Amino acid sequence: MSTPALIEVRQLQVSYAVAGQRHAAVRGLSFSLGVGETVAIVGESGSGKSTLANALLGLLPGNARIDSGELWLSGVDVRHASETQKRHLRGRTVGLVPQDPMVSLNPTLRIGEQIAEALHLPRGSRHPQAQAEVLALLAQVGLDDPPLRARQYPHELSGGMRQRVLIAIALAGQPQLIIADEPTSALDVTVQRTILDHLQQLVAERGISLLIITHDLGVAVERADRLLVMKHGELVEQGPPQQIVEQPQQAYTRSLLAAAPAFVTRSRAAFRAAPGAEPLLRLEAIGKHFELPRGSAAGTRFVALDGLSAQVYPGQTLAIVGESGSGKSTTLRLALGLERPSQGRVHFAGQDVTDLSWREFRPLRRRIQLVQQNPFAALDPRLTVFDSIVEPLQAFGMHKLAELEKAACELIHRVHLPVECLERLPRELSGGQRQRVAIARALALKPDLLLLDEPVSALDVSVQAQVLQLLDELQRELGLAYVLVSHDLAVVASMADEVLVLRQGHVVEQGPLSAVFERPGSPYTQALLDAIPGRGLP
Amino acid sequence: MKRYLIGRIGQALLVLWGAYTVTYLILYLLPGDTLSIMLSASGMEADGLSAEDLAKARAYYGLDQGLWQQYADLLWRALHGDLGHSLSLNRPVTALLAERLPQTLALAGLAIVLSLLGGIGLGYLTAYLQWRPLKTALSRLPSLGFSVPVFWMGLLLIQVFAFGLGWFPATGSNGFDSLVLPAVTLAIPSAAVYAQVLQRGFQGVWQEPYIVTAFAKGLSRAQVQARHGLRNAALPILTLVGLQVGNTVSGAVLVETIFSRNGVGRLAQEAVLRQDIPVVLAIVSVSAAAFVVINLLVDLLYPYLDPRISHCPKVS
Repeated sequence: MSTPALIEVRQLQVSYAVAGQRHAAVRGLSFSLGVGETVAIVGESGSGKSTLANALLGLLPGNARIDSGELWLSGVDVRHASETQKRHLRGRTVGLVPQDPMVSLNPTLRIGEQIAEALHLPRGSRHPQAQAEVLALLAQVGLDDPPLRARQYPHELSGGMRQRVLIAIALAGQPQLIIADEPTSALDVTVQRTILDHLQQLVAERGISLLIITHDLGVAVERADRLLVMKHGELVEQGPPQQIVEQPQQAYTRSLLAAAPAFVTRSRAAFRAAPGAEPLLRLEAIGKHFELPRGSAAGTRFVALDGLSAQVYPGQTLAIVGESGSGKSTTLRLALGLERPSQGRVHFAGQDVTDLSWREFRPLRRRIQLVQQNPFAALDPRLTVFDSIVEPLQAFGMHKLAELEKAACELIHRVHLPVECLERLPRELSGGQRQRVAIARALALKPDLLLLDEPVSALDVSVQAQVLQLLDELQRELGLAYVLVSHDLAVVASMADEVLVLRQGHVVEQGPLSAVFERPGSPYTQALLDAIPGRGLP
Repeated sequence: MKRYLIGRIGQALLVLWGAYTVTYLILYLLPGDTLSIMLSASGMEADGLSAEDLAKARAYYGLDQGLWQQYADLLWRALHGDLGHSLSLNRPVTALLAERLPQTLALAGLAIVLSLLGGIGLGYLTAYLQWRPLKTALSRLPSLGFSVPVFWMGLLLIQVFAFGLGWFPATGSNGFDSLVLPAVTLAIPSAAVYAQVLQRGFQGVWQEPYIVTAFAKGLSRAQVQARHGLRNAALPILTLVGLQVGNTVSGAVLVETIFSRNGVGRLAQEAVLRQDIPVVLAIVSVSAAAFVVINLLVDLLYPYLDPRISHCPKVS
């Protein structure tokens, strides 16, 4: 073969054995990737894209099997390779940048040791310059003070820094190909952007090929030379990004495009509060500090939130935007009455609730409900959907089974799930269905205000669109007020009336959506807007 | 760190004092007259003495004083290193302990080493093996080891290795040979617990994303398990070691009785039967001290094994 492609996949079939049955995860997939090329594989959960990544690395789990087809990596037949052969490919021919930086580093080993380990294999374990190379790698991936970082443990680094360390590990073996499996979906947008830029630059300098696996069409379109769209293990469409965005051939691709929030600007009627209406929730210059232990370098107290004022009317959505550590969650906790503000007042429905005791707050609590970020963790895995939904009703004194059943049926209809779901356990549901259940549970007590903490960030893009649509419908029909916390400006753009941008506990910008998004007043808001993936495209 | 250490040592002393006091009260509340126990130990009958003599003896031994006064007196002397006289053996308790303690320390020490080696070895092997039937068989072993009673296991070992094969002496406390069977008997339940916990730990750790990262570096399975698996999977064992020391003390009572070893465990059993209050108090204090010291060591070791734990206040 003359200049063979780096990856050559022909008619690949991979299946998993689950409870005695085989389920195909990849069906008849064929594609190739040339030297120096950047290819993105786009698909939702269950589309088989991660299975493909594992197959390329020879790291399929024990219950998975390559049924047929061929898988060539740099001239090695991975399907029939021995464990030793596969081991030689890993690290040296193909490097991996894994999905979630927070859990992808060994918590009990120093950063330097973890990088050095990846160096040992190509260079031998007594490589004299290993330490110097570790420091050089740390500097290359853009970490300040490499000697310090090398001595630190993963928990002492932020998510973005850890992802940079993982990139350094992938680069250490000087591979020909790097597989980036959802490389930044766990990170803030601005961090995501700088890290992806950096990765692409490093890869381009070294002539390494890049295979990006993502559910985010925005990320894929912006960065890849070629796009592969996968659905249920099959390749639906492939081509240059421009072509796929402008003339998608397949219905599925079109639906993916339609769902990606970056590509739609939903028009929302400008919100106008009814004349004389009282705000439902009014936050008056609230703030929260934490006393630091004596003798710490950062001073005597830590300001988590400072002087935030906002109000929400019935039927209105207030979006709070910011990165990790900006005080978003603190604001939610204060609004929920889970914590007391160090300064300022919280008013709910015209009543000052700042100093209410737990017992006094309880009757109001049913009018404020929370929908959490991770639908996989927010539902008790041992309770059926029915039990989860009626739990708040039971907590407030409804115990007759007939009444509970009626209420549960109504709620499950409200969120457009079939009644059969009530008997299921959370693990039998998809992410989107679980988030619908969580919303149904929040609606059980007929609240006036829903606090939505990153309600869709754990979901696939197309599912995100459906859940957002549901939230929009509920707001129109029930006149709910929302406080939406999100780092995803595309989601904010489609939901919010008012936007409040937080940074390090301070309000950077505040105003109606159109004003903030079209004429951002602060450079920070501008940077956030620029970081939305896929924004530069038609 | 210094503040933490001082606090922990203070706590440890409090625990010791509590153990001493509770034991004293329980022993005091037991039916039975201390003087008649002492008399019967020296071969006399309390009935054979006149009331006057009894009262004189009582005053001599300080037994006519109130509960709290006796307690304060005992505690004061214990703090000065005088643990009193054994009522039944008529010897200073410190001398008794000095004679018996080394035997038990050797037994417990060897048992702890064996249980760690055996337990971690078994857990590690189970995680490393890939051949299903053997893996399953090994993973069932700990529950078996834990559910077999200590005395039965001891008798079984004696039957096989002492009477059957004749490799080790069945009883006695002379030399290393006589130590092996008791130590193995004592080690088995703890080893089973460590193995079980380590197996579970590995099951969890193999699912962690950082294991995939390690494999993707090109490390072999053995390297991944040794460098990335073991330390993370073994973290809970450290806490268990501290707790199992307590079991080793109570296990020593059984094992020393079965193998007729002259150790503290057997001394404790005899002392309880004879209501020898000073001896029991001393043994409880010594084992409480061992327990407290081991657990303090475990807590101090934790930050070295798991860097996420720190005893110093820190701000992220």
